[in-house]
Amino acid sequence: MTFKLGVDVGGTFTDALLVNRDSKETFTAKVPSTPEDSSIGVINSIIRVCNTAGIEPGAIDQVTHGTTVATNAILTGRGAKVGLITTQGYRQILQIARSYVPGGLGGWVVYDKSAPLAPLECTAEIPERVGADGSIVLDLDEAATRSALEHLTELGIEALTVSLINSFANPVHEQRVAEIAGEIMPDIPVSISSEVIPEMQEYERTITTVANSYVRPIVSSYINNLQQELDSRMNSPHLSILRSDGGLSTATAAEQFPVNLLMSGPAGGVTGALWVGKQTGYKNLLTFDMGGTSTDVSLVENNKAVLRRETTVGDVNVRASSLDVRTVGAGGGSIAYVPELTGALRVGPDSAGAEPGPAAYQKGGELPTVTDANIVLGYLPAQQKLGGDMEISREAAETAVQTIADSMGLTLKQAAEGIVKIVNENMFGALRLVSIEKGYDPRNFALIAFGGAGPLHGNALGVLMQSWPVIVPPGPGVLCAFGDATTRMRDEASRTFITRLTHTEPAVILEELFKLDESARSALLATDSNKSMALSSSEVTSQLQVDLRYSGQGLVLTIETSEQELNDQGFTGISERFDALHDQLFTFSLEAEKELVNLRVVVEGPESDIDVLARAQGTGSLEDAVIGEHIIYAEGQDHPAKLYDRAGLSTGHEIPGPAVVMEMDATTLILPGHFARVDEQGNLIIMPDES
Amino acid sequence: MTSKIIQTNQEPFKRLDVDPITLDIIENALRNARVEMDATLFRTAMSPGIREQGDAFPMIANVEGKMVVGQFGSFINGFLDVYEGTLEEGDMIFTNDPYSCGGAVSHLNDWLVMKPIFKDGRHLCWAAHFGHMTDIGGKVPGSLPIDAREIFEEGVAVPPVKLFRKGERQEDIIKIILRNSRMPHWNEGDFNGVIAACNMAERRCIEIAERFGDDVFYSTLSELLDRNCRAMAKLIQMTVPEEKQVFEDYICDDGIGMGPYKIKCAMWREDDTVIFDFEGTDPQSSGSINFLLNEEMFKMFCGTFMISVFDPQILFNDGFYDYMDVRIPEGCILKPKRPAALSCRTHALGRIFDVISGLLGQGSPEFLCAAGFSDSPHLMYSGYDSKGEWYQLFQIGFGGIPGRAGGDGPDGHSLWPGFTNVPNEYIEAYFPLRIEVYETIADSGGAGYNRGGNGIRMAYRFLEDGQISIHDDRWLTYPWGVKGGSPGARGTKRLVRADGSEQLLPSKCDRIDVVKGDLLYYNTWGGGGVGDPLTRELARVEADVKGGLVTVEGAKRYGVVLDASGTTDQAATDLLRKQMAENRKELPLFDFGGTIEEIKARCLEETGMEPPKQPIFANRVS
Repeated sequence: MTFKLGVDVGGTFTDALLVNRDSKETFTAKVPSTPEDSSIGVINSIIRVCNTAGIEPGAIDQVTHGTTVATNAILTGRGAKVGLITTQGYRQILQIARSYVPGGLGGWVVYDKSAPLAPLECTAEIPERVGADGSIVLDLDEAATRSALEHLTELGIEALTVSLINSFANPVHEQRVAEIAGEIMPDIPVSISSEVIPEMQEYERTITTVANSYVRPIVSSYINNLQQELDSRMNSPHLSILRSDGGLSTATAAEQFPVNLLMSGPAGGVTGALWVGKQTGYKNLLTFDMGGTSTDVSLVENNKAVLRRETTVGDVNVRASSLDVRTVGAGGGSIAYVPELTGALRVGPDSAGAEPGPAAYQKGGELPTVTDANIVLGYLPAQQKLGGDMEISREAAETAVQTIADSMGLTLKQAAEGIVKIVNENMFGALRLVSIEKGYDPRNFALIAFGGAGPLHGNALGVLMQSWPVIVPPGPGVLCAFGDATTRMRDEASRTFITRLTHTEPAVILEELFKLDESARSALLATDSNKSMALSSSEVTSQLQVDLRYSGQGLVLTIETSEQELNDQGFTGISERFDALHDQLFTFSLEAEKELVNLRVVVEGPESDIDVLARAQGTGSLEDAVIGEHIIYAEGQDHPAKLYDRAGLSTGHEIPGPAVVMEMDATTLILPGHFARVDEQGNLIIMPDES
Repeated sequence: MTSKIIQTNQEPFKRLDVDPITLDIIENALRNARVEMDATLFRTAMSPGIREQGDAFPMIANVEGKMVVGQFGSFINGFLDVYEGTLEEGDMIFTNDPYSCGGAVSHLNDWLVMKPIFKDGRHLCWAAHFGHMTDIGGKVPGSLPIDAREIFEEGVAVPPVKLFRKGERQEDIIKIILRNSRMPHWNEGDFNGVIAACNMAERRCIEIAERFGDDVFYSTLSELLDRNCRAMAKLIQMTVPEEKQVFEDYICDDGIGMGPYKIKCAMWREDDTVIFDFEGTDPQSSGSINFLLNEEMFKMFCGTFMISVFDPQILFNDGFYDYMDVRIPEGCILKPKRPAALSCRTHALGRIFDVISGLLGQGSPEFLCAAGFSDSPHLMYSGYDSKGEWYQLFQIGFGGIPGRAGGDGPDGHSLWPGFTNVPNEYIEAYFPLRIEVYETIADSGGAGYNRGGNGIRMAYRFLEDGQISIHDDRWLTYPWGVKGGSPGARGTKRLVRADGSEQLLPSKCDRIDVVKGDLLYYNTWGGGGVGDPLTRELARVEADVKGGLVTVEGAKRYGVVLDASGTTDQAATDLLRKQMAENRKELPLFDFGGTIEEIKARCLEETGMEPPKQPIFANRVS
């Protein structure tokens, strides 16, 4: 009997999911996160879940893990002191960035630009030059390189980035600088841009590689500590880390290229939603993960999440693939306010967070938040003990929301409903970004609501998006851990290769793609020791991709292809699919010539072997699950509503709205005019009555 | 004016009371629609000018043509005032002629489309968009001839015509205009994007109206304008004094040997209305630096500037226009008469923002920023490469953002919203040149408690024979400092020939021959400083020196003495700061780096260039 473990570290809780490989039985545990060293919380969650399951930790042979260590290093500014080597004339590449100032006319008056991720003081330029075509224009000055590196060593850098102009076309100088750095600073991890992201655009390549260096020491020590802890308590389980693109990477690859982990946290939610989608048979999903300070949304089409070629954390934007998760500063803790000048109601992006928290938590917060509005409206009953033991004060929530009512001349409940509607509209905007604005019709998608606050707002978002049903999985607060445990191994390799389609041959492109395939596979298969879970090459599948555009455009659209297609049809198929996609996204296509920009190979391990999961279900009638009655306020009037205990619900139950369904880590609101059915896996499937 | 719009359904919209929540929701939805217009164009555009530098401006307006979301204010009324024909569903208007639309667009390169949006036979609202086309013909590549004397030399001009007639695209028009361009493929791609963005806006507006109801949509647009109007009325009362404030700034020269040209504006408040009067501004130029300034657009500039500081969440719109009265004398450089050339209006357009900043700042010091990178300097490089193919580069440069009350001005950034630089690797891959230096110019930002941003130095190595054009300014007058801050450094252009000889280039020039191996140093200017430099914290000066943004010598402007490694000598610094404080005069509110007479007298010595001559204004103006 062997077990697989998924563990996800969130801001408040660390969640573990244990799966019995044979029986498919699952166990979950939730323990407080330990932000000072999150591996402690991870270990605690493992001990807890093993106790629950009654097994020894040694029975776990694989641990898959989503982590926010890299993200937090950037958000809190606690990454490494990074040294940067640039081509002569380019020392200030990060200082100038893209010269972009956010905001409208006059936006510069209030723009607060953050300091470069690699300090200018620790940036040195060296004489060398590669041309756009990869030719050597000026040889590398090795003596100058040595003295630059020695200078950086004296400054006490903790990680080094080498990013030289046009290195995507010829990496030889970067490689040589890295060799010399290995001699001069053998203990300092070196990241070179032609290895991290061999693509055109010097600023993006540099910032991506610098971000890699910035988080590398902290991620590396975290993974090493964790692996040691696991080794000492278990039978050396195989450790995999969740990447921003929703795939798993080996611990070794994660340590070398931690820039791929920046969205590891939100990716867990998406992969969890993907798994629920597969269980329920809904292939097209909008994922809606609402927490205390922010909401993550994404789009899943035909069981595949949309990928972006960039990752954004705080004001750092890097070229690393990530699931197309859009984050808005809208959560349960978002603060409502009315600026005196306009008298308009605004909600967020400022959040009361966990500290001081919503007014109702009575932990020092006095400003009205979305949570307070939900309490005033009866959506979040005072009986609900958040996370098991937190008391809610309805009175404090009312006092806070009354301030909004007073400044807008509304009643208390009208103001509360206004707050909820505005925050819903903000999240609606994010959902539109990933759906309507990409040419998808949300009416063809189901909406899956999870996270601490998602189930409270899911039904309303379903109404706005016209996306049905709204699915609330069991344990919506621990869905990320399901994602960690159920996704597959993944890696990719890419390079810039600019040429017009008419100027090249399919055979040439295939040869380049084969090289990339080889390098991606070796990364995927790399393991630091002879761990039992290592994949064999035959289990790995490859997806070939090309980035295309009309010659002269700046955008690229990614088109998938295959060896067979390129051999049989040449470029005809990719060309036609590019035109169709361009038309879908932008309402027109052109006769213009097309050019290749980047080539890429994505390699994946086998799909997860975890399939249908039978859940423990209640045995009584629907009425047995009722635990109270309650008034809720919606669309301008009061409605009597029943409160249900989710643990008492069974497959086939139909709950008429309005109703509130409570469980340990979340509360689901079913609006008037809607009902929820409990499906075979215990999901709540919310639909409008007239459907 | 709405009589020009032909509706098949005559039922008028009802003005309903819209609850404040719905109002906010529709406001957000419209904001999203505008973002989507941008995204559509930027992603599909062909020219670096639009794609990376965002030189394009979307807008959604109510039935009366007042802008509800957008950037540069509405130009619909300017167009409707002069348009003779009628409009019906499926029509889309195209023009690029500033004189035919009241300056809605201000030179021929800006191609404007406007679309009345209909729903169920009724005119619901407007969408409009314009973008800068890289080349529209005329006498020089890039179509911005600095020596043009008439607009006829500046490329193809199209008065308002129907590009779409009841939904049918008029291919003949497109053929004619593209035939006049040196870069027809870019223009076609860019123009398609502009049209697609307008169609996108139409789709979104109709969706919103379907969701909330047509009357609610109509009423909301009106209410959003009213709400903005109330907010701006308060803002004007708070920030604009009744006492008259006057400010002057200059365009250094006209590229044909004359200058500087004065822009003068007085501002005062009468009850709840603020008046801007440009009396005293110099007459129109014989050259092409004239800027046909649309009064409504100027209101927008001022309004957005004020809003940026107070409640940046206020949606900019045209609601407040009744509270601003803009007076521009006929025949001045800001209201030239046809057929005055207009192509190089970018300098005056930029300088307007320094004028606004200076004007508003005098009245309320919390507004007061230094002068900044108030221009968008251009470099054109074109010719036939060794394979016989035509290449044509158009690049916009960046510089120093002014020092602000809240902190230093960013180095080498854009004062214009949405603009980004073009990656050098992209340029090197597609054009025959190499960019050998790309850095900010140490000490070019004006000293102050908050430093002005540094200008940028770009060194272009040309790899083919060709020709270049340059359009820049502030080579003569300074980006001024405020409240004791110093002016930023001025811009320079230096050509180092392949044969080793050197040549200073004027800030405005066309068709300069270059050969393979020539190296152009294109130096833009810095932003002015804010506040007393002697009070700047040592740690910030030290960090600038260690980062190479300020030199050891340059640090002395702050009264700071450092060794070569950038470590402060405390005793020497204390002494120097004391001496400097004792020996200087009272700190002026504005530091222009001297009077115009003084600056001209020093010109040859400091810049290597002869000072421009007093302008002789075009005859027909006086």
